[in-house]
Amino acid sequence: MHKRVGLEVTVAVAEAVALCRIDMAGVYPITPQSHIAEHLSNLVADGVLDAEFVTVESEHSAMSAVIGASSAGARAYTATASQGLLLMNELLPIASAMRLPITMAIANRAVSGPLNILNDHSDIMPQRDTGWITVFAENGQESVDLSIQAFKIAEHPDVMLPVCVNIDGFQLTHMVEPVELPTQEEVDAFLPPFVPHATLHPSRPVTMGAFSMSDYFTEIMKAKDEAIKNSKKVILDVWKEWEEKFGRSYKPVESYRADDADVVLLTMGSMGETAGLAIDDLRARGIKAGLVKLRLWRPFPFAELKAAIKNTKKLIVTDRAVSFGGPGGPVFSEIKSALFAEASRPAAYNYIIGLGGRDVTVSDFANMVETVMADAGNKKADTYEFWGVRE
Amino acid sequence: MALKTWKELPVGCVVFEPGSASEYHTGSWRSQRPIWDDAKCIKCGICYVFCPEGCVQQGENGFFKADLNYCKGCGICAHECWPRAIKMVEEG
Amino acid sequence: MIEVRWHGRGGQGAVTSVELLAVSAIAAGKYAQGFPSFGPERRGAPVAAFTRIDDKKINVRSGIYEPDVVLVLDSSLIGLVNVLDGLKPGGKVIVNTHKTPEEIKKDLNFDGPVATVDGTGIARKEMGVPIANTTMIGALLKITGIMELDAMKASIEHRFGRIAQKNLNAMKRAYDEIQISN
Repeated sequence: MHKRVGLEVTVAVAEAVALCRIDMAGVYPITPQSHIAEHLSNLVADGVLDAEFVTVESEHSAMSAVIGASSAGARAYTATASQGLLLMNELLPIASAMRLPITMAIANRAVSGPLNILNDHSDIMPQRDTGWITVFAENGQESVDLSIQAFKIAEHPDVMLPVCVNIDGFQLTHMVEPVELPTQEEVDAFLPPFVPHATLHPSRPVTMGAFSMSDYFTEIMKAKDEAIKNSKKVILDVWKEWEEKFGRSYKPVESYRADDADVVLLTMGSMGETAGLAIDDLRARGIKAGLVKLRLWRPFPFAELKAAIKNTKKLIVTDRAVSFGGPGGPVFSEIKSALFAEASRPAAYNYIIGLGGRDVTVSDFANMVETVMADAGNKKADTYEFWGVRE
Repeated sequence: MALKTWKELPVGCVVFEPGSASEYHTGSWRSQRPIWDDAKCIKCGICYVFCPEGCVQQGENGFFKADLNYCKGCGICAHECWPRAIKMVEEG
Repeated sequence: MIEVRWHGRGGQGAVTSVELLAVSAIAAGKYAQGFPSFGPERRGAPVAAFTRIDDKKINVRSGIYEPDVVLVLDSSLIGLVNVLDGLKPGGKVIVNTHKTPEEIKKDLNFDGPVATVDGTGIARKEMGVPIANTTMIGALLKITGIMELDAMKASIEHRFGRIAQKNLNAMKRAYDEIQISN
């Protein structure tokens, strides 16, 4: 029987990763991810986890080390945040092009400058096009569940792609809260041993990461794009199996009281639950508001998103990052492009919220809905604003 | 040989035939070739060490020559050879 | 739901206390959150830490701005930070001090309920160290009735091993000795 315990979320994630019997971790500590690195290295040092913990000298080396380990057939794991993720950037498309099923936790943190260690999504957003399957956790339990599911999705023979699990820094990582950790037997029954599609081995030599010119580069990019699009089938299957085995449901897009809503808020990550309380507040006051939460960022769930907001008159997309000089936040620009060809679409508003750890409260979310409702004639639709910025 | 379509590519573009780069004969890049004067050669092997292509080989008699399937004619062997036993001569 | 804000100085163990309290409440079948004030950690600097406890799932993930209870681990912070900031009407203040509740009410210029206990004195006698973070959990449990003292036993033992009993003794004394204002 699995146990319900109070744990700091980073510790719970490290425990979950250990239950997945990783062979190797290459992790460089960085706030607010550090406790994942610390706890994993404790588990290895204590003999609880039989894995190689490689103490690298930078995140660039961390990602290089897990790429090497995964190429050799190891179940390899890493975790990072912010500048660390940016330092890994040049290696991320290599991991996905080599079709290495590495998994990584990102303890989302604002990118410098100015230096700031607190939560937003400016670290993951620039990695959007690196070919990694990208999911967002909303609470500690999801952080644990997604971390385990990540290996099964990544290593599926029809996928063979790296997966990153986004866990909001501090808001999630530094929270002691209840989580249910599956038992070793339950994880073993869910997650089979890793069978690599090819391995580096001296007695069976192969070439990985070979050079390609213009004659093949386009075909290779097309193959990678098809691979990540096709991964959705496997993601859905894995989530279905998870629900059957563990009773917790996962969908690419989650809806909360949104079916008959006139105004829908859209969030991604840890702010979903807080926003849900605002929806309850508004509903209690007779306002038909709803919430849509985006869990799967890549591959982008176009059909599910359209279905979730098909009756919506006004849509408020919240973004935790800025696309400077662009069309709004990165989530907003994605949602708008998803809806561009639709015959009827909601008036779409964009609020950039929670930058560099700026708190967003239940009343903030309720105010967003009421502000947008008051915009008769949708004059402010298609624009973006920095919510709560001092003018 | 027809180029493969994207569907025919192996996962991760892994090359399963080791050493297949040897099918690529870089000797076609060469406009000069190295000629050894075995009378001057002292069999030190510095040409073998410095050849960036790895195409200089030692024969059974202990003297060296280049595998012209791969020698690009760069002249590094001739430059490094201190008894001046190697001379670069124009192709054709 | 009860929301508690802890005031202390970096190194006095406020974060450890909120963690132990949350872990124990969860083990007792409740829902809880324990978290630090997010940001850099600096020894000696005024810090805050937070506890939420409820019988049902807690969804709110923003900060605590209107606590039900404020617990002050170090009375030298009074006057330095506004420990009453946002305290709910009727909210309670618990202070680690040798002073009486009435004296603290005067220091704080505060009319509401105040409870005091010499947590540092107890910690020094029971554990030989002037660190009152676990001691003051006893005071908090007495004033709020969140849980029985026994509910803390497992997490304290897990955390402190052979010195756990001393912590539990100090916690019990704070529970018994705390004075409550009129």
